[in-house]
Amino acid sequence: MIKTDRLTKRYGSIPAVEDVSFEVAPGEVLGFLGPNGAGKTTTMRMLAGFVAPTSGNASICGHDVGSAPIAARACLGYLPEGAPSYGEMSVRGFLGFIADLRGLAGARRRARLDHVFGRLQLEPVLEQTIETLSKGFRRRVGLAQAIVHDPAVLILDEPTDGLDPNQKHEVRSLISEMSRDKIVVISTHILEEVAAVCTRAVIIARGRIVADQTPQQLAARSRYHNAVSFRLADEDDAARMRAALEALPGIAAVEYATRERRLTVLPRDGVSLLAPVQALAAHSGMELGELHLEAGRLDDVFRTITA
Amino acid sequence: MRIIGILFRRELGSYFATPLAYVFILVFLLLSASFTFYLGGFYERGQSDLAPFFNFLPWLYLFLIPAISMRLWAEERRSGSIELLMTQPITLWQAVLGKFLAAWCFAGIALALTFPLWITVEYLGAPDHGAIVTAYVGSLLMAGGFLAIGSCMSAVTRNQVIAFILGVVVCFVFLLAGFPLVLDAFGGWAPQGLVDAIASLSFLTHFEALSKGVIDLRDVLYFAMTIAFFLVATSLVLEARKSD
Repeated sequence: MIKTDRLTKRYGSIPAVEDVSFEVAPGEVLGFLGPNGAGKTTTMRMLAGFVAPTSGNASICGHDVGSAPIAARACLGYLPEGAPSYGEMSVRGFLGFIADLRGLAGARRRARLDHVFGRLQLEPVLEQTIETLSKGFRRRVGLAQAIVHDPAVLILDEPTDGLDPNQKHEVRSLISEMSRDKIVVISTHILEEVAAVCTRAVIIARGRIVADQTPQQLAARSRYHNAVSFRLADEDDAARMRAALEALPGIAAVEYATRERRLTVLPRDGVSLLAPVQALAAHSGMELGELHLEAGRLDDVFRTITA
Repeated sequence: MRIIGILFRRELGSYFATPLAYVFILVFLLLSASFTFYLGGFYERGQSDLAPFFNFLPWLYLFLIPAISMRLWAEERRSGSIELLMTQPITLWQAVLGKFLAAWCFAGIALALTFPLWITVEYLGAPDHGAIVTAYVGSLLMAGGFLAIGSCMSAVTRNQVIAFILGVVVCFVFLLAGFPLVLDAFGGWAPQGLVDAIASLSFLTHFEALSKGVIDLRDVLYFAMTIAFFLVATSLVLEARKSD
């Protein structure tokens, strides 16, 4: 369980994070979203006990981060932003050092290290020093460091930043796999990641929480929610079709993307447009390619509520 | 203790993971030998002791010890690894102490490697071994004092060069606290009590007796308290500035 209560951090008089309160239960993957500088990293640092809050408090697994920092950190795995580590150490040496600090010993230490080496595919680079590794490998070493003690709570600050699509996929499946019995909090500004791994999204802007919903609920706030989109076979039909669509009841807007010859019809609240659009096409004898109903666009919602 | 041991081993290992350790030891041995034999007039004096070596040691330490301590915290802050370290289940004290002890141990290794000088005086004459042991212990204590100052200066900045320069300056002030160079700056306006207090802070004065083989508990306590003071200062500085 993670619990924050009116967590606030000010630098001088400049507020970085203000009155942030939320709870995360086991099994949840919380996506922490926000523009750069919104306070994501500061909030995560307060959870990890690296930055002391100006006011408010946070607890991890029932241990207050301020008054019982060692107990709180012991059940936490934390990946700081940029995955810092000791460049002159070998991957094996570094992860062994973290395992020692985490109190792992004997057979369990060996088993956990072997597990993270395998899970993050670190075997080929175990004896290399970290400073010679590619960005992707460094990030994976950072993730390995965070999960080596099998923590109940994982806080990952931009875990997929700088990874290629294959590695991103790998990290996301790792997160999904681990989330079954853990609490996972990730921060990101990649919206597809939220849809891919998170069960809940908190959007923070200028230090305050502005949304706290499931990714589906967030997407539903988009003006593209339930929009009908299709491709025209013939460009010349665009103007005629557009005029016909705009005449339909319950239409909020019609957008046309010239390059893809795609028409998107945005409904007013709660109106279902699929049937009327299909009827209109059948009536005018036009063929609609790639016809589909949109769930909503997260980037659109994101821009609307953080602007 | 277990945590301090883990941090100590990692830190000491990191000295030897880069050429820094070997370059440092080489330079330290070369300079200490040339000071002893040329500037110190080791042979000309015709006495079988290590005074020429120990007389120059404080000046050698003035520049070389801040070179050991400059990376202690500045590098952690520059690379961001301090965030990783400070979010492990350890206390700030364990980290400060583990790192300091590793640096001290490294300085001790370099000091121990001057043993050929000892063998040389033993070969040439009949030195007072007790006095030499005392002088070595005194040297180690002085190195600890310089390192604690350096550790604190390293915590102040994320730039190793600045940490080095600050370290040299503060060490210089402490080295010469009992001499006119420093005292004159206070003499005109400060009350006599303060001037005396500053004068009593001199590394050189406290090291002098030890280097001659005289163990005065006050000198040992002085270095122990200097170390403790600057380690507390290090942790206070880190507490305030670690996440800047």
